[in-house]
Amino acid sequence: MNSTTLPQQSQQTAARTTASRGPGLAKLLLDQSSLIVFIAMLLVSAFLSDRFLTVDNITNILRQSVPLGVVSLGLLFVILTGGIDLSVGSLMALVSVVVALVVPEQGLFVGIAAGILAGTLCGVFSGTLVAAFRIAPFIATLATMTVARGVALIVSKGQPIFIDDTAFNDFGVANWFGIPTTFYLLIACFLIALFLYRKTVFGRLTLSIGSNEIATRFAGIRVAYYKFGVYALCGLACGISGVIASTRTGVGSPILAIGFELDAIAAVVVGGASLSGGRGTVFNTLIGVMILSIISNIMNLMNIPGYHQQVVKGAIIILAVMLESLKGRIGNKH
Amino acid sequence: MTAQAIVAEGIQKSFGGIKALRGINFSADAGTIHAIVGENGAGKSTLMKILSGIYIRDAGRITCFGEEVNFTSPQQSMACGIGIVHQELALAPDLSVAENIFLDNLGQGGRLIDWKELNRKAGELLRAFGYDIDPRTRVGDLSVAYQQMVEITKSLAKDVRILILDEPTAVLADPEVDVLFENLLRLKQRGVTILYISHRLQELFRIADRITVVKDGETVGQLDPKTCSEHDIITMMVGREMTSLFPERSTPGDEVHFEIRNLNRPGVLEDINIQVRKGEVVGLAGLVGSGRTEIAECVFGIARHSQGAILKGGRPVHVKHPADAVAQGIGLVPEDRKLQGAVLNLPIEQNITLSKLGGVSRFGILNKKTERGIAQHLRELLRIKLGRLTDPVSSLSGGNQQKVVLGKWINANCDVLIFDEPTRGVDVGAKSEIYSVIHRLAQEGRAILVISSELVELIGLCHRAYVLSEGRITGEVAGETMTEQCIMSHAIPRRVAQAAH
Repeated sequence: MNSTTLPQQSQQTAARTTASRGPGLAKLLLDQSSLIVFIAMLLVSAFLSDRFLTVDNITNILRQSVPLGVVSLGLLFVILTGGIDLSVGSLMALVSVVVALVVPEQGLFVGIAAGILAGTLCGVFSGTLVAAFRIAPFIATLATMTVARGVALIVSKGQPIFIDDTAFNDFGVANWFGIPTTFYLLIACFLIALFLYRKTVFGRLTLSIGSNEIATRFAGIRVAYYKFGVYALCGLACGISGVIASTRTGVGSPILAIGFELDAIAAVVVGGASLSGGRGTVFNTLIGVMILSIISNIMNLMNIPGYHQQVVKGAIIILAVMLESLKGRIGNKH
Repeated sequence: MTAQAIVAEGIQKSFGGIKALRGINFSADAGTIHAIVGENGAGKSTLMKILSGIYIRDAGRITCFGEEVNFTSPQQSMACGIGIVHQELALAPDLSVAENIFLDNLGQGGRLIDWKELNRKAGELLRAFGYDIDPRTRVGDLSVAYQQMVEITKSLAKDVRILILDEPTAVLADPEVDVLFENLLRLKQRGVTILYISHRLQELFRIADRITVVKDGETVGQLDPKTCSEHDIITMMVGREMTSLFPERSTPGDEVHFEIRNLNRPGVLEDINIQVRKGEVVGLAGLVGSGRTEIAECVFGIARHSQGAILKGGRPVHVKHPADAVAQGIGLVPEDRKLQGAVLNLPIEQNITLSKLGGVSRFGILNKKTERGIAQHLRELLRIKLGRLTDPVSSLSGGNQQKVVLGKWINANCDVLIFDEPTRGVDVGAKSEIYSVIHRLAQEGRAILVISSELVELIGLCHRAYVLSEGRITGEVAGETMTEQCIMSHAIPRRVAQAAH
C-alpha cells in the first residue's frame, strides 16, 4: 500500500513547491497592481504626448481629479461593506443647485454648508433604506439617484444657475504654491479617510462587515448602524465634492455629473477594491482616481472624441476587474 | 441465492487529516431494502456520496451487479443505475413537475420541447409509481412529501436500479411516511434495490430486509430486523470505549446562573426548560434537527421566540439581537466557524477584540497597543499556535481558529457560553485542548451549554445533559444515567411508535 501512495504524495509536494514559487512573484505584482498600472500610465502618457508632463497639464490633472477623488473615498467605505452607491452623481448635481440657490440669499458659508448638508441628508436617506428597511443597496441608491436628480431639476427649473460670487469662483481655479487649492481639500479628505480606515472602530467594522457580515453580527455588532453610517459618509463626500465641482465651473447645474457614479465605482475598483466587500484600501483608491484622471487627460490631449473615450474607459474597467478576480484566485490557493 | 446489487469492501475516505471512513463493508441483495444506520458523523453520508460519485474513495472496492466500478463523477454513477434522493431536495421550485422530472432532457432528444408529450410521459411515470400528481403543477406549490415523490420519480425516470434515500422521513409527517413506505415496498417488488438511511430505528422494522450498522467510519455489523431488537441496534451503534481526552470535572456551584423557562418557537421548539448552575457544563444532546441549535439561536438573539423567558443570575434578560446577548454576557461559539464564528480575512488580533471594541478604543479611536496586549494575553492563555497576530484567521488550523473565537468571548467577559459543535472539524489534539479550556472557563464560575452530536464528547465533558427530540426535551441525564444507550433512546423520535399504539 505504501508503494502506491508514496509517488502520489511526492507529486503533490512537488506541485505545491512550484505553485508557491510561481505565484509568489505574480502575487506581489498583483498586490501592487494599481500602483504598477499607475506608473505604467504615467510613462505611456509621457511618451504619447509631449504636453503631458508640462506644469500646466499636471496642475490641470490634479484639479480635475478632486471631485472624483473625494467621492471615490466616500464610496470606498460603502463598497468595503459589500454595498454600492449609484446616487453619487445625482447628489453632486443636487448639491451644486442648492449651493447656487442659497449663496446669493444667505452668503458663501451658509450656502456651502447647505450644499454639504443636502448631500449628507441624501446619504442618510439611502442609508435608512438599506439599513432599516433592508432594501438591496443597488435598488435603494438607484431610487435615491433618480429622486435627487429629479429634485435638482425641479428646484432649478431645469436651468443652470450661475453663481455670482467671486470668492467662491476664484477658489475653484486658484493655486497655492503652484498646486490647485481644491487639491489640498482632496489631500485633507484622503487623510481623514485614512484615519477612519486605520484608526477607528468605524473603519474596522466596515471591513469586518464586508469580509463576513454574519460573523460580525454573531460577534454582537449592530451591523445596521454601520451600514447606515457608510451611506451617510458617502453622502457627505458627495456634498463636499458637489461644492468643489461648482466652484470650478461657477454654475449650479441639475445635469452636472451624469454617469459620474460609474467613474467613481471604476476608480475604487481599479484601486483594487472588491465589489463583494472586505477588500480595498484608501491609498489604492486614490491611485485608482489618479489612473482614471490620467486616462481622461491623455485622451483629451490626443484629441480622442468623447464617445471613443467611453469605450476605452470601459475596457480599462474590465481589465481591472479581471486582474482582481485573478488576485482572488491566486489568493485562494494559499 | 439472490444476486447482489451492490457490494462495498474496505471503503476508505479521508478529508485533510481526518479519516471519515476507515473501512466500510456491506452488500445489498438485488430487490431488497437495505438500511444503513449510525450516529451523526459515523460516515453514512460520506458513504452515500461515494456511491453516487460525488466523492472519490481513497481505497476499497465497489461492485455493482457483479461489475467493479470506479465512479469519478455523479454522471457515471447514474449511468450505472444508481440514483440518490438527498435529505435536502434538489428541485427547481418554479418549474412544473414534468419539467423537473425531465430537467436534464427536456427536448427528449429533439431541439424543441413538446409540452403535451412531456406532460403525458411524466403523468405516465407518476401513475406507474402510484403517485397522484398533476405533472403541470408548479413544484413549489406541492407539500414536501409530494416534492419528495417527484424527486423519487425523477430518479426512477432514468432507469434506476439502486435508489439511495438519505433520511427520507426526516421531513415527513406520519401519514406521509405510510405513503412513502407503501411506495418503497412497491418499488422493491419491481426489483429496485433501496439503500435506506435513517435515524428512526423503529421504522426500519417496518421496511428493511437488512440493517448495516456503521460507527466511526467502520462497519460494526449487519443485523436482521426480524430477529433483532431496537436495543440491539443502539448497543451496536454506540458501543465503544471512553478515552481519556477529557479533563477532570470539577464540582459545580449550587446557584443557578442561567435559565431558560418555557421557551416556545412555533413548529420548532416546544416548552423548553433548561437550568445551568455556576461552574456547570450542561450538554444538549439530540439528533440533527432536534432543535438544539434553535435553542442557541433564541438565547443569542438570532431568532425570535414567541414565548418564554431567559434568566441570568435570576433576572430576566431581553435579547433581540446578538448585541443584546453580548451586552448581557452571553456568548455563542457557533456551529459554522467559517461562516458565523470568525471573520477569516481579518487579522487574529482583530477577531479577538471584535466583540468588545469599546475596550480597545476611546471615542471610537482604536488603541492598537492595548489591542495587541489583549490579543497577546489571550494567545498565551489559550495557547493559540500562530505565526503573527496580524495574520488572518484563515491561516490557522481549525482548532486554533476555534480558540480565536473562544478568545473573543473571554475578552468580552461573557459568563454564559454556548458551544455549538465546538470540536467539529478539529483534530484530536486540539479537541482535548478545547475540552480543557471549556472546563477552565467553567471553573472560573461561568455557566456553559454544550451542543454536540458526538455522544462521547457530551458524556466526557458535561456534568449533566438534556436530550432533545423533535423540538422537545425528552430526557435529562446525569451521572450514571448519562450513557450513550440512554441518550440515544431518548433522542430517537417516537413518532412511528406512537402512531402504532
